[in-house]
Amino acid sequence: MRLVVESLKVIRGSRPVICGVSATVAGGEALLLTGPNGAGKTTLIRTLAGFLEPASGAVRLEGGDGEREIAQQCHYVGHANGTKSNLTVAENLAFWARCLAAGSETSSIAGRVAAALAGLGLEPLAGIRAGYLSAGQRRRAGLARVLVADRPLWLLDEPTASLDAASAVLVAGLIKAHVAAGGIVVAATHVPLGIDGARYLRLGATAEGAASPSPIAPPSSIMPPARGGGGKAVR
Amino acid sequence: MNAFWTLVARDLRLAVREGSAVGTALGFYLIVVTLMPLGLGPDLRLLSRIAPGVLWIALLLAALLSLPRIFETDHEDGSLEVMATGSLPLEGAAAAKALAHWLSTGIPLALLAPLLGLLLNLELGAYPALVTSMLAGTPAISFLGAAGAALTLSARRGGLLLALLVLPLYVPTLIFGISAMSAATVPGQGFEASLLILCAISLASLVLGPVAAAAALRLQMQ
Repeated sequence: MRLVVESLKVIRGSRPVICGVSATVAGGEALLLTGPNGAGKTTLIRTLAGFLEPASGAVRLEGGDGEREIAQQCHYVGHANGTKSNLTVAENLAFWARCLAAGSETSSIAGRVAAALAGLGLEPLAGIRAGYLSAGQRRRAGLARVLVADRPLWLLDEPTASLDAASAVLVAGLIKAHVAAGGIVVAATHVPLGIDGARYLRLGATAEGAASPSPIAPPSSIMPPARGGGGKAVR
Repeated sequence: MNAFWTLVARDLRLAVREGSAVGTALGFYLIVVTLMPLGLGPDLRLLSRIAPGVLWIALLLAALLSLPRIFETDHEDGSLEVMATGSLPLEGAAAAKALAHWLSTGIPLALLAPLLGLLLNLELGAYPALVTSMLAGTPAISFLGAAGAALTLSARRGGLLLALLVLPLYVPTLIFGISAMSAATVPGQGFEASLLILCAISLASLVLGPVAAAAALRLQMQ
């Protein structure tokens, strides 16, 4: 399985936010999008998910389910968590488990919800309405969605926003596990996620405001060196 | 289909837990109808003549008040985007949400109408026609309204715009709803014909509403 992005150009409000971005992410790889605010990270992720129509270029998921669009094969976790304040955490996850099911899952809804709750350390909060959670807990409830249905492509927009250090480690662990199982992760981030072997795509705003990519060039300051072993081991 | 009913069940559960929205629509209906005799005076003949029109128009306005709720919270908390990646096409999701709106708001409003008919001295013979025609006509209100709600989703102060967009679409429902009721009280006027046309309008909006709503939602997500 491969996610192929070909010379993508996306225009937002008459301004090209993404211009000529190309990238290929194979199964078992994580691609981390970095860059300053307004560089087009969210725009790129939303384009990959199919919410935005590219002005030119293409996004393909090769080796996926040809019957389904990319949107139906990806987990999208945007800035908003997609949790309902008046449903408990477990009810939220059970709803998404049914709504997002790919049909290939083996365990029951309850089993998948329990696994997702455990995966993000949400068991004590399972019966609490999401409206009463803190921002970080709600973020974890939103991220737990990626565990309730089997989908090969994860599109995460700043997954660790408002998470504490321990939860950020949990999320990094989930990403590593998904990548190790042959999945693809594309995540926008400002902070190092601590994922060995992840590749980086730096989107940068130029003077005109258009993004000019310098693919796979790790930023020197905050990011760990790119292209290591771990994540690429499994193909 | 499973995902469809899951979404309907979730929306109904939320409607119950957030009782305020349904309660507001019912309360608004009650208040508007109660104001009529106060404003027009206690002339029973006049009231019973205008009762069908008042009941229908107030029902449209009360339903209109609750329309933004169909997509608003899901848009705000990001659920809508996740739904767009779900196994159910967006058209199906829009239909499920409109159906949940009908079940949680349309039916209670239609069932409240006969009680309010008492306030307006509605003729006794018109009660069965009132409930049947409203039950047949309200799906159109929810499904056409869903399209309007989706269109005005990200517009500031979308409520007024929603009224401008949606109320003209309700005109056929209003006309045939009222003609069904007047036909029921005057023998030989063809109550069935009006009721069947109401059903036809509802069935057509059942198909067209979700398609239009899904197209609007895709635009809103851009």
